Amino acid sequence: MINYIWFFIIIIGIVFGIITGRGEIVSKAIVNSTGSTVELIIQLLGLMCLWCGVMKIAEKSGLTYKISKFLKPLLKILFKESSKNPSVMEPMIMNLTSNMMGLSNAATPFGIKTMDAMEKVNTNKGTATNDMARFLVLNAACIQFVPTSVISIRAACGSNNPGIIIIPAIITTGVAAIMGMIYCSILERYF
Amino acid sequence: MNYVIKSIIPIIIGAVILHGMVKGVKVYECFVEGAKDGIKICIKIFPYLLAMLVAVSVFRESRAMDYLIKLAKPVVGLIGLPPELVPLAMVKPLSGSGAMGIFAETLKTYGADSYIGLVASIMMGSTETIFYTITVYYGAANIKKVRHTIFAAVFADITAIIMAVISAKFIS
Repeated sequence: MINYIWFFIIIIGIVFGIITGRGEIVSKAIVNSTGSTVELIIQLLGLMCLWCGVMKIAEKSGLTYKISKFLKPLLKILFKESSKNPSVMEPMIMNLTSNMMGLSNAATPFGIKTMDAMEKVNTNKGTATNDMARFLVLNAACIQFVPTSVISIRAACGSNNPGIIIIPAIITTGVAAIMGMIYCSILERYF
Repeated sequence: MNYVIKSIIPIIIGAVILHGMVKGVKVYECFVEGAKDGIKICIKIFPYLLAMLVAVSVFRESRAMDYLIKLAKPVVGLIGLPPELVPLAMVKPLSGSGAMGIFAETLKTYGADSYIGLVASIMMGSTETIFYTITVYYGAANIKKVRHTIFAAVFADITAIIMAVISAKFIS
C-alpha cells in the first residue's frame, strides 16, 4: 500500500510538473530536498541521542516498571477474557509500557508474545478475539509520554518550543484510546 | 499550567535523572549507552526521510499539491483538519517512518510553530501505524479473520485527528 502511495506522489508530481512547464523547478526541488534531508538528520541527531540517553535511564532505574504497575488494574477491567491469564497479561503490560515510553523497538516483541499467548487460549483459531482487537486498538492509539522523534524534528525545524505539544498529544491520545475501547465494545457485537 | 507546558522538557529530563540517581543507577554511563541508540535510529530512518522528502517536494513544487488541497478541502473541512495535512493523515496509518518524512517536510514548509505545524506535531505524537501493527501482530499469531479490528482502529485514528485539531487551538 505504501508502495502505491509513494509511487503516485512522485509520478503525479513529475508528470504534472512537466506538463505545466515546471520541469526546471521540479528538478531543483529533487536536488535540494536531498540536501535538506541531510541537514535535517544532522540537526536531529543531537536531540535524538539526548532522548535515547534519558529514556535509557528511565528504563534502568525501574521507572518503566513503575508505570506498568499503574497499568495493571486498568487493563484487568478492559481485558475480561484474558485478565486471569498471566502469560497474556505480563507481555501485554510490558508492550503497552514500552509504547508509552516511546520504546517501539522494545514493544514489538512483547506485542507478538501477547498475541501468541492469546491465540493459544483462543477457542476459534485463526479468528481475532474481542481482547485481541482491543489490544491492537490500544496499540494504535497508545499514549506516548515523550514523543521523542516529534520533539527532535520540531527542534530541527526551528521551533521556539518543541515540547509544547507533549501535553496536548497526551490528552489527544488518551481520548482516542478511550474512544477506541468504546468503538470496540460496540463493534464487537456485530462482527 | 502554561509555564509547565513550556518547561516540560527540562522537567522530564530532571525527573528521570533524579529518579535514576535515587535508585542508584550510574546515570552518566547509562545515558551515554542509551545515546548510542540515537545514532542508530537516525541512520535507520534516514532513507525513509529521504524517500518521502523528495516525493513530497516534487509533489508540492509541481503544484499538484495545490490541486489535492483544493479537492480535499470540503471533505477534511468537516472535521476541521487543514487540507495541507491530508498527505500526512493518509500515510500515517501505513508507515511510521514515511509519515516522519512527510511530517518534517510539512514543518519546513509551514513552520513548526504555525497552526498547521502544531496539528501535525500532535497527530504525530499520538497514533501508531495501525496497518503495520495489525499486519505484524496478527501475522505472527496466524490470525486470518480480523473482525472489527480495522474499523475500530481507523475510527480511533479519526478521533485522534479531531482531538489534535481541537487541542492545537489551545497552544497556538
